[in-house]
Amino acid sequence: MNNSMTRVPVREQDAKVRATNFDEVCLGYNDEEAVLEAERCLNCKNPLCMKGCPVSIHIPDFITKIKEKDIAGAADVIALSSALPAVCGRVCPQETQCEGKCVRGIKGEAVSIGKLERYVADWAREHDYVAAKAGEPNGKKVAVIGSGPSGLTCAGDLAKLGYDVTIFEAFHQPGGVLVYGIPEFRLPKDRVVRPEIENVKKLGVKIDTNVIVGRSLTIDDLLNDEGFDAVFVGSGAGLPRFMNIPGESANGVYSANEFLTRNNLMKAFREDADTPIKVGKKVVVVGGGNVAMDAARTALRLGAEVHVVYRRSEEELPARVEEVHHAKEEGIIFDLLQNPVEIYVDENDWVKGMKIQRMKLGEPDASGRRRPEEIPGDVYDLDCDMVIMSLGTSPNPLIKQTTEGLDTNKHGCIIAKEENGQTSKTAVFAGGDAVTGAATVILAMGAGKAAAKGIDDFLNGRA
Amino acid sequence: MYEITKVEHLVDKDWLMVVKAPFVAKKCEPGQFLIVKLGELGERIPLTIADYDREEETITIVFQVVGASTEKMSKLKAGDCFTDVVGPLGKPSEMIDTPIDELKKQSIIFIAGGVGAAPVYPQVKWLHAHGIEADVILGARSKDLLIMEDDLRKVAANVYVCTDDGSYGDKGVVTDILKKLVNEQGKKYTQCIAIGPVIMMKFACLTTKDLGIPTIVSMNPIMIDGTGMCGACRLVVGDQVKFACVDGPEFDGHLVDFDLAMKRQRQYKDEEGRAMLALQEGATHSGGCEADK
Repeated sequence: MNNSMTRVPVREQDAKVRATNFDEVCLGYNDEEAVLEAERCLNCKNPLCMKGCPVSIHIPDFITKIKEKDIAGAADVIALSSALPAVCGRVCPQETQCEGKCVRGIKGEAVSIGKLERYVADWAREHDYVAAKAGEPNGKKVAVIGSGPSGLTCAGDLAKLGYDVTIFEAFHQPGGVLVYGIPEFRLPKDRVVRPEIENVKKLGVKIDTNVIVGRSLTIDDLLNDEGFDAVFVGSGAGLPRFMNIPGESANGVYSANEFLTRNNLMKAFREDADTPIKVGKKVVVVGGGNVAMDAARTALRLGAEVHVVYRRSEEELPARVEEVHHAKEEGIIFDLLQNPVEIYVDENDWVKGMKIQRMKLGEPDASGRRRPEEIPGDVYDLDCDMVIMSLGTSPNPLIKQTTEGLDTNKHGCIIAKEENGQTSKTAVFAGGDAVTGAATVILAMGAGKAAAKGIDDFLNGRA
Repeated sequence: MYEITKVEHLVDKDWLMVVKAPFVAKKCEPGQFLIVKLGELGERIPLTIADYDREEETITIVFQVVGASTEKMSKLKAGDCFTDVVGPLGKPSEMIDTPIDELKKQSIIFIAGGVGAAPVYPQVKWLHAHGIEADVILGARSKDLLIMEDDLRKVAANVYVCTDDGSYGDKGVVTDILKKLVNEQGKKYTQCIAIGPVIMMKFACLTTKDLGIPTIVSMNPIMIDGTGMCGACRLVVGDQVKFACVDGPEFDGHLVDFDLAMKRQRQYKDEEGRAMLALQEGATHSGGCEADK
């Protein structure tokens, strides 16, 4: 037992050094550190941490295995619940999930569950240890649309139950937001994401890239012509929002999706990549979510001075606390309670600055957050030569437009039952951001998991 | 991998390729486009589908060498492969969903500028297959830059050719011919479809607006994913922001902000120019100057 009130610190790249490279910031625990941190777990009889985990990993069980130095055993425990532990250990907002519920957190720091999960997953990869096993083939075929976190999880779970699963992916590489959205320095692509996807393929899951459902094929084609017994839609929420302010179409104004896709998926930061990327001397990122942090820290690594402009205060920043902390350490400047109202354009059609309105917080709105209000007349001009809009995303309308009988809500999100992912259309299930709008990797995984069970129940006449 | 089954050098910098792409060939309709990518670190290049063969599961693309990536493409031979081909993307032409009876009542003129003849071809061919003969104005800078004239003559009612320098057909630009057809020959057109360089489409639209002919254009902005998730291809159409890859690529030409579209197209011209020079000359001063990095 380790009775320390504080967690074993995790090693990180120095802020000054990492601000100039795309290598992973957090270096993770070594064997000794992992065991020492594992020994802080009280192994609760009624583990609250598990209730905070959207895929209900048996957290005390896997931590117990680490204490016993049985890391393969720990990987087996995690594999019962999660298909992407190396990803989740890195990008989950644990402070509001498992770690947020840890009893150790009441009087001290919560057990570092995420870092321990990551340690186990990294160990398994480095030792070529594959925990999950494919089920006996049951002769039924399921199509999964999208190879992001929800699709990969749903496909993995179905393969474990013996289904013949094919994932259809519109991009040339599988992974969804794990490859195009989240940058290398938080989630290494070749070292972490690719092997994790390979593990799903080892379960027998086929991945067809360059197939865009709604254009190359429709859901009805899959069900009627291609012989699939059910379909899971995990197509995410990739349609970027803009502010609709003057000057927004100027050169140098990007959506965070474009900026991140160029850099992460197309590897524009590399000299030998064909896709170009522009980075200004002074970049303004508008928004305060995780995507805004990713865009800001990417621009910084490409050599820019970066400002994050957000209309609420620091307390309301939707980004993970750890990422905001990292961003500040690296030198990102936060301009809070401010909102752009116009983008200025120079004689070469390029962005040259913004008109910014200062804000104050008013009464709480329906969501419980205090509503930002303009301070009349309090505006100023901020010079910049590039703007990245990171205001959130909505589901792409393509699947809705091309699928008869698939109901969506007013935001364009597919309507699906939370407990099993069933949509308004028979044999079609959905989950992840396509249903909820932009949320987190782990919530998408939880939805993929629930839908896999829903599909299994449906195809076995239990629902 | 997607095999190239035929490569043809058309003229000057224009190339034609036939590529095996079963999903695209099975579903594509005139007006749609696809994206090709060459190599692990290649960029995604959007190209309009110039023809397709559902039996052979092939599609035809026509491209012009304008930068490093298209230069690399022009070096490919039959039997080589694209790393990735994805499509069909974008909405099919409006005509596809228009009842044939309605189309037959129309009198349609196409305006094709330069390499724009390639995307015009499948539309004229589609109409021809449905018993509708459209007129085509085909323009190029000079005779040796004209493409697809013979193909178009086989499926169009009339093909009117013009060159800027008068080396073939009428001397002048496409709008001169259109004005002549309407004002001097008394032709009445109820629909125009103009495809080519943005500047040509802009002036075609100014002319058809004067002549009172509704006009559709096919826009070709910078694209990354081509599936509606980044907004690189955004345009302003009738005061609304549209994504060309999912809302288009065809739009009402009388509503498009062409000047903005041209400005946005130039966004990466420095990077593109440097990449092209680096490819042609290696790491010389112009291609690989340290100060540029």
